[in-house]
Amino acid sequence: MLEIKNLHARIAESGTEIIRGLNLTVNAGEVAAIMGPNGSGKSTLSYILAGREDYEVTEGDILYNGESILELEPSERAAKGIFLAFQYPVEIPGVATMQFLKVAINEQRKARGEEELKTPDFMRLVKEKAGELKIDPDMLKRPLNVGFSGGEKKRAEILQMKLLEPKLCVLDETDSGLDIDALKIVAEGVNALRSPDRAIIVITHYQRLLEHIVPDTVHVLYKGQVIRSGDKELASELEANGYADIIDAAA
Amino acid sequence: MNIQAKTQRTAAEQGLIDAFSALVSDLPGDTSVTAKRDRLMADFGDAGLPSRRVEAWHYTDLRTLLREVPNHLPGETASQLRPILDGSEVLPLLGGRYVEPRDIEGLKVGSFREALMNGWATASLDALRPDDAIGRINGAFVMDGYTLKLAADAAPEKTIELQSVQNGGQAHGRFRLEAEAGSRATFIERHAGGEAAGLTTSVTEIDVAEGAELVWVIVQERGGEDTHLGQLRAKLAKDANFKLYVINMGGKLVRQEVDIAVDGEGAHFDLRAINLLAGQSHTDITLTLGHSVPDTTSQEIVRNVVLDRARGAFQGQIRVSREAQKTDAQMACNSLLLSDDGEFDAKPELEIFADDVICAHGATVDDLDPVHLFYLAARGVPEKIASALLVKGFVEELLDELDDEALTDALKERVEDWLDAHV
Ligand SMILES: Nc1ncnc2c1ncn2[C@@H]1O[C@H](COP(=O)(O)OP(=O)(O)OP(=O)(O)O)[C@@H](O)[C@H]1O
Ligand SMILES: [Mg+2]
Repeated sequence: MLEIKNLHARIAESGTEIIRGLNLTVNAGEVAAIMGPNGSGKSTLSYILAGREDYEVTEGDILYNGESILELEPSERAAKGIFLAFQYPVEIPGVATMQFLKVAINEQRKARGEEELKTPDFMRLVKEKAGELKIDPDMLKRPLNVGFSGGEKKRAEILQMKLLEPKLCVLDETDSGLDIDALKIVAEGVNALRSPDRAIIVITHYQRLLEHIVPDTVHVLYKGQVIRSGDKELASELEANGYADIIDAAA
Repeated sequence: MNIQAKTQRTAAEQGLIDAFSALVSDLPGDTSVTAKRDRLMADFGDAGLPSRRVEAWHYTDLRTLLREVPNHLPGETASQLRPILDGSEVLPLLGGRYVEPRDIEGLKVGSFREALMNGWATASLDALRPDDAIGRINGAFVMDGYTLKLAADAAPEKTIELQSVQNGGQAHGRFRLEAEAGSRATFIERHAGGEAAGLTTSVTEIDVAEGAELVWVIVQERGGEDTHLGQLRAKLAKDANFKLYVINMGGKLVRQEVDIAVDGEGAHFDLRAINLLAGQSHTDITLTLGHSVPDTTSQEIVRNVVLDRARGAFQGQIRVSREAQKTDAQMACNSLLLSDDGEFDAKPELEIFADDVICAHGATVDDLDPVHLFYLAARGVPEKIASALLVKGFVEELLDELDDEALTDALKERVEDWLDAHV
């Protein structure tokens, strides 16, 4: 489903290279965990997948279902099923969450040539999915993410994911800021989306999330490269020993 | 006055002087009003239209911008419009003429023409200051309008819409409201226009008595060729609460002045202004706000969306007199400049003579935030639609502050219609 080949990318403004020859393949039906020390380029990679303009790909390619997405606008990528749950969800004053959800769902449907969702159907859908995530419906009347607690923001990201039903989900540290109960609720939400035609990339620092969302593969990112890949045991190993050994071995 | 020093009259100045001569015998008023009109017109003859050299008119050089004035007659027939909020009581002023006033629950309604005929209005016709061109022109020409008295403790359920509709020509109207102690109400002062170029002036005088709470929403949606010169003067007594909205989304040359005297302890004033500016229009909001007694508060937020070659200005002057300790006055002016050729000038001016006060002001001019746009795009919202959503959010945030959800929705609809057509 996703093939990243020898990807090099730099910050457009300063020219600093952040992703330095990264290779990664994630198949449909797979849950892949990406771990790695702070500043190793995990969020940068997720932004590049989503199409953020601040980064410039200088070499390599990203194939999604066999096609390069590098030339696609962020909104086109989203309509094709790529979803990024942000490490830091953006606060947008003045735009009610509900209104935003409706526009997002319908714009994606329009882009795919599907019919727009009627308001009552939309309301029913949101109510149902919000309920599953134990999100207070009143929260959805408020401006998008404005004044939401850290955990509420993360839950709202997962709500969007459930509503948009993407094919490639990238979750950037969705576990940070969640309390123990919320972590379980969110993990259940993600697990419910596991399916043979969907791939999920979970970026995290902690083994705990991976106990709930058990990954098929684990990849260690360091200085803009995947320096080690393995199965879920790799995560336990990292939890026990830290990154030092793996980094040394790769050097 | 030294005749030699006088500069050449502009076509617009001459046009107004001629219009006055043509109209004077038909203008309503007793002898005191007639004398006052003559005085105002003589002053106008001396001062002319203000140019940028007059400080209060620095951003709106009326002498240059107002090239000519349309015929003094009221223009084409204007018909009553559906109110902005369904179910509102409508008091129409069509082509400058009121329609037979009627009483509304808790509100006594009279015609301003009558107040001119019997001389009650004489004193109020004076200009506020030597540079008060709007007050002067309106005072000389005013023909009609409404006088309103909201009884003590009255709280009419319905919103009252003062609806001035004008299609070409000239009209000069006045609204006067006395909100007695403890009363509460919501008014919409709406200025609608047509295709023909018109000149309108409008002066609104409001007394907010002790403990009264008023929401007053000016919706200016004159036609694309119109000149609209508005002025609102309000006095706030003890514990009064006055929330004023100014929404400009029409006209070619527009100035709305707001003059507020916070004269009673515990009183609070709010201004929320939305300027939606497109084409080659020029729009100015000028506020003069005086805090003259202790323990009063005010907050002004102005949001501007500037497109095309439009220009806008906000001047906000806050005076805190020496007695007015514990004043809390906050002013912000934020502009979204969506075109390289657009312009918005903000000039805050604080004159503070008391020492124990909190006063702050800030002005920003921005483009849309790329981080916001990216977040929306990452959810599948294309840039054009994302921009429109963000622009709406930027201005509608102010409308969310109204307690009346139906009114909020009705105003949002109008704002969105404008944005959908222009952004
Ligand atoms: N727009 C930017 N401007 C400047 N530096 C940037 C920018 N984006 C990323 N970086 C730098 O690139 C490096 C990688 O950042 P990134 O956010 O991808 O790390 P991360 O692996 O997600 O870290 P963490 O685990 O702390 O979230 C960091 O050194 C960061 O400071
Ligand atoms: Mg990160």
